[in-house]
Amino acid sequence: MTGKKSGDRSQKSELVAIALIFSAGVFAAANDTFLIRNTDVYPVTGATQQNVSVLIQDGKIAEIGAKIVAPKGMKIVDGKGLRVYPGMIDSSTEIGLSEVSGERVTVDSGEMGEFMPQLRALVAVNPESEHIPVTRVNGITSAMTFPAGGRGGRGGASSQIISGQVALIHLAGWTWEDMEINRSAAVHVIFPSIPTGGRGDEAADFPDPAAQGGGGPATYTERKRQYDQALQQLNDFFAAARQYQKERAANAAGFKRDLKMEAMIPVLDGKVPIAVTAIRARSIHDAIAFAEKQHVKMVLLQGREALKVVAELKEKNIPVILGRSEALPDNEDAPYDQAESLPGQLQKAGVKIAFGTFTNQFARNLPYSAARAVAFGLPYEEALKAVTINPAQIWGEGDKIGSIEKGKWADLMITDGDPLETPTHIKHLYIKGQEVDLTNKQTRLYEKYLSRP
Amino acid sequence: MMKFLAAVVLIVAPLSAEVTVIKNATIMTESSKGTIKGSILVRDGKIAEVGENIMIPQGATVIDASGQWVIPGIIDCHSHIAVDGNMNETSVSVSSMVNIKDVINPEDVAIYRALAGGVTTVNVLHGSANSIGGQTIVIKTRWGKDAQGLIFEGATPGIKFALGENPKRAGNPQAGRGGAPVPLRYPATRMGVEDTIREAFNDAKQYKAEWDAYDAATKAGQHPIPPRKDLRLESLKEVLEGKRFVHAHCYRADEILMLIRIADDYGFKIKTFQHVLEGYKVANEIAAHGAGGSTFSDWWGYKMEAIDAIPYNAALMAKKGIVVSLNSDDAELMRRLNTEAAKAMKYGGVSREDALAMVTLNPAKQLAIDNRVGSIEPGKDADIVIYDKDPLSTMSKVQKVMIDGNKYFDRDNEVSGRPQKELEKEKLMQEQDQQQKKAAPARRPQ
Repeated sequence: MTGKKSGDRSQKSELVAIALIFSAGVFAAANDTFLIRNTDVYPVTGATQQNVSVLIQDGKIAEIGAKIVAPKGMKIVDGKGLRVYPGMIDSSTEIGLSEVSGERVTVDSGEMGEFMPQLRALVAVNPESEHIPVTRVNGITSAMTFPAGGRGGRGGASSQIISGQVALIHLAGWTWEDMEINRSAAVHVIFPSIPTGGRGDEAADFPDPAAQGGGGPATYTERKRQYDQALQQLNDFFAAARQYQKERAANAAGFKRDLKMEAMIPVLDGKVPIAVTAIRARSIHDAIAFAEKQHVKMVLLQGREALKVVAELKEKNIPVILGRSEALPDNEDAPYDQAESLPGQLQKAGVKIAFGTFTNQFARNLPYSAARAVAFGLPYEEALKAVTINPAQIWGEGDKIGSIEKGKWADLMITDGDPLETPTHIKHLYIKGQEVDLTNKQTRLYEKYLSRP
Repeated sequence: MMKFLAAVVLIVAPLSAEVTVIKNATIMTESSKGTIKGSILVRDGKIAEVGENIMIPQGATVIDASGQWVIPGIIDCHSHIAVDGNMNETSVSVSSMVNIKDVINPEDVAIYRALAGGVTTVNVLHGSANSIGGQTIVIKTRWGKDAQGLIFEGATPGIKFALGENPKRAGNPQAGRGGAPVPLRYPATRMGVEDTIREAFNDAKQYKAEWDAYDAATKAGQHPIPPRKDLRLESLKEVLEGKRFVHAHCYRADEILMLIRIADDYGFKIKTFQHVLEGYKVANEIAAHGAGGSTFSDWWGYKMEAIDAIPYNAALMAKKGIVVSLNSDDAELMRRLNTEAAKAMKYGGVSREDALAMVTLNPAKQLAIDNRVGSIEPGKDADIVIYDKDPLSTMSKVQKVMIDGNKYFDRDNEVSGRPQKELEKEKLMQEQDQQQKKAAPARRPQ
């Protein structure tokens, strides 16, 4: 509905208006102007305000205060005893692209090809995916949907390096265009890595038993050679894109438009970040050096060993999208709470963090990843930010979503308690001021079988 | 290096304390006492007393749990930890002769991690590749003990059954995960799955009749020739005799009902339906059969047979009178079954105590060990977990875990011991490097 402006999109505004009018909701149609009264507001970016009202006008937050008088006839939501928070943002999912993860025909992530920046996740988002209503039941109003899973290459190529453009979407809408917040919030790079067994990165020529059995290269030297080769390919690809950018600017005779290269220009211009999947310290270190060398913006994904390169991340101001805190340690000797402690450790070191579930199935459990990190050292306020304002800022939409502030979209949840706690219920959910249906197939099956005699 | 650390941990085997008192705690007893503020007296590995005011015997070890919460040790009714090697004997669709007990690995670090998540008792099962899988056992997470020391003495052993997509996968090699080549094997459909189980019990029933006749004749003073011993049928005979519990992996309502009817026909009981994601659809039938339901809190949509999974399953089955537990089937998830229980509060409005029972008392009932574990009551094993705050909070963590009155996990010790462990590891690695250098053949110039 907003997102990137371009000429071919003006005709759409009318359709969108109609879509909004017919959007499903408990309240009267097209009601994106209303007042939430007598409630506690948790803006995330500021102090909690108790017993205030929130005025929503044309889908945006117009005012927060104790003495807002509702114009006559305005819809009023009684927020007594309830809390209002900004809707949460999951920074890594495949929502809309993957329905039943074990059934390939229902999965549209993981295309073939090594360098595929022209692929757009947005266009494959199925607005009827059951993951959408299931996920938003827990207060998640938007999500980054990736063209490939965290490690990429689920489907065709196993050696994907650039999987495509990541879309930031709202979890409601009649079409993927309705759902769009940013169709190209990042370009996904799966940074090459060296599979190691045994003693880690430094042990030269230490054979990897898994690689030996699995038909991969047996020696570290060989794996390192392949790694260097992949890294070279990545550099070459960026060099080619830069050359293309020059030729394009010069509009030289015989210049041919190339979609792959076109897709790289916003990255080279620093307008779109690369979202880089890198797990091990070496890959993270090399990815940071790569982004520096190429003068591109980088967001780190997963980064299980981010702590080992935390100084670099801090220095280069690279945010980290953490995977689920509910994860086993990397190896047998690692502390049992390695994954749980990581968010707190990174935050303490001054790195901006956000959470991604890296699944569809458990996207609704996003707040619990943040909460579990709290148990192991992440300050509560920071946990809440890591699922709201931090991801909004990291993905370049901090002026529109992620907190309750005047002028921002009314992506709101009204809860009966702390949204990071499991038993809490979401009472109302709004996306751009439109109340969103909180039923789904699961609630319907529940009602149906509850009434079985 | 994995072995090194295991060796280090073995040295830190828990010390036995004869009398321990945990005082000033908020105790979710999961008994008729409900949740109280008070103390627990542990004597010789058993809970001796629970109450608001308890006299502390002289010489007792006192744990002050002010501000902390105490619950019974968590029980995971479905796990594959502590198993050495593969979970499935995939060459046959009825593998009732194999026993998980033979491959228990006490050095699996998953045991320690489970312990750190408050799990004290685990039902260890085979995988789900076969209609009738192998024999199962119940263990306690007594980290540091040998394989025999892990086994839950006296717990009735079980056998794993499996229905649906997994057992029929071997009949559809192309449908295997990632197209992995597996030998083509009957069955390939849910019809075939039913048949393999029916055929097995048809055999087992005749086998039992032969042995019953033999036993009767022997008892009558005759000297008949004994029937041929069949290890495959022996464990199914035990099922028919009620000496071995059936734990059946299942998803869809149709297959659940199918197995209930087989059991009815052959006169045995299904002790638990495992996963049982569509259990809510046939809750009446499961309740009438008397089986337990051990399910995931909120897994769904990862395969076709999980498409109708709902997070309300646990609450709905419980409402219909089924004893419900929440299991993990996963070495990671089992470390936080306490918050899995909280999901039953969210989805379906189960009370706090009833939700926690789904990971304590209810799995104990399902494994028929509730006379020993599952609640904090006098006479039961002192399997106790101390949390820093409300265990149903996502922001809580385990502080201490006691099994049979012995402390097996202590977060304070764990954290303070880390630098020492790092040093020891470093030293062991250096030693190994030196040994390798010595052993390496010298390179001579040609």
